[in-house]
Amino acid sequence: MTKTPGNLRYAKSHEWAQRLDNGNVRVGITDHAQGQLGDMVFIELPEVGRQVAAGEECAVVESVKAASDVYAPVSGTVTGTNSTVADAPETVNQAPYSDGWLFEIAPSNPGELDKLLDAHAYAAVAESESH
Amino acid sequence: MGKRTPLYQEHLDAGARIVDFGGWEMPLHYGSQIDEHHQVRRDAGMFDVSHMTIVDLEGADVKSFLRGLLANNIDRLKVSGKAFYSCMLNDHGGVIDDLITYYFDDRHYRLVVNAATRDKDLAWIIGQAKNRDVIVNERADTAMIAVQGPTARERVHGILDEAQRAATALLTPFSAARIRDMIIARTGYTGEDGYEIMLPATQASAFWRKLLKAGVKPAGLGARDTLRLEAGMNLYGTDMDETTHPLESGLGWTVAWDPTDREFIGRRSLEISRQRGPQRTFVGLVLNDKGVLRSHQQVFVNGEVVGEITSGTFSPTLGKSIALARIAGQVKGDCEVEIRGKRLDATIIKPPFVRAGQSCL
Repeated sequence: MTKTPGNLRYAKSHEWAQRLDNGNVRVGITDHAQGQLGDMVFIELPEVGRQVAAGEECAVVESVKAASDVYAPVSGTVTGTNSTVADAPETVNQAPYSDGWLFEIAPSNPGELDKLLDAHAYAAVAESESH
Repeated sequence: MGKRTPLYQEHLDAGARIVDFGGWEMPLHYGSQIDEHHQVRRDAGMFDVSHMTIVDLEGADVKSFLRGLLANNIDRLKVSGKAFYSCMLNDHGGVIDDLITYYFDDRHYRLVVNAATRDKDLAWIIGQAKNRDVIVNERADTAMIAVQGPTARERVHGILDEAQRAATALLTPFSAARIRDMIIARTGYTGEDGYEIMLPATQASAFWRKLLKAGVKPAGLGARDTLRLEAGMNLYGTDMDETTHPLESGLGWTVAWDPTDREFIGRRSLEISRQRGPQRTFVGLVLNDKGVLRSHQQVFVNGEVVGEITSGTFSPTLGKSIALARIAGQVKGDCEVEIRGKRLDATIIKPPFVRAGQSCL
């Protein structure tokens, strides 16, 4: 059974999004997604300052098995990326919701975050894909 | 639902992630394929390879039949238990499958062929055996476990009885011992020492559990693929198939040209390619940049496409990406590989990348 924390929002494409105290949105991939992909070996992160639209390809996570695009769950400007995962991609497997975050976005339309799935709805999506 | 090996429940009990592999429900990994890879390179791991197709060939004509069926020369197998790797070619020299052949006696040989090619292999073999005294007997009653790694043999010896241990301890590479209903072969697909053990399906679970107790850890298809690629070993259907011949697949060493009057299937086409010189070469690539090489990515030299990757992965032992590729001419040195629109630097090498736990670079 994969973990789906209740305090996060989720995209159907398996990203999680978390509103930080400074208003920015931190993004990573879900426990379900890392489990499906398997051992991570390479993470390609976006340039800081890049403008992204919700649903736009923003990063690539690559496991031994396959490469997978990561989409921006909200529109805005990339304000930071996690150098830990660039140096140690396995962090995404070990701690997908904490140390394994990927990038942060200053949202241009904060309302987009609330339109994402809640934990309950995302868990149903993940469950349906596991069978 | 796919086909299941006799060890399916053992995989579930070990927490395997099950995937479809050529119609079989097989373990991809049991948690981390990289950990399983290191386990095999550093200690000992075991793979359920019961999905592979075991075919016994028996009868008075078997030896002469195999002399024509295989590109390697069956006359090289003179001692009971001796085995070799060979391609089975079509009339054009294309590879129908790659396989291991075991010699028991002049009227009994065993082939181990790929699971995904079972149907066409059996149809081809049966077709070729028509009007010959050759009985083709698929051994669906037999399971196979590969135990691989630097400590694999001693760990297996620890769970064998006295007679089995005595028969296996002296085995040289590519030799097998038949002890009652078990065949223990010093072969594998990882670049490490070890055994491939064929045994009755009914005994497979009990033997698997004994191996677990002896400290051998299960490893899945994921680790099997990274291990074989590091060892520079081809994967059928990816690195070669019926449209490619052994000379452009890094398998020229498996073709026995002598004696010149041995008319094996595909020989005439191969002779023409051989005289003309290879049009395409099979090479290894090491990525110097960050990223992962994958099959079908294009290879460039001086800005020109020279070929493509046939299989690529991340090498856990080397900590960088490696690949096998088929490229035009005899190219050495530097090249570029296009990954998601970017050209990244790679070096062309002669495989293998890793042998017996050590980097060959």
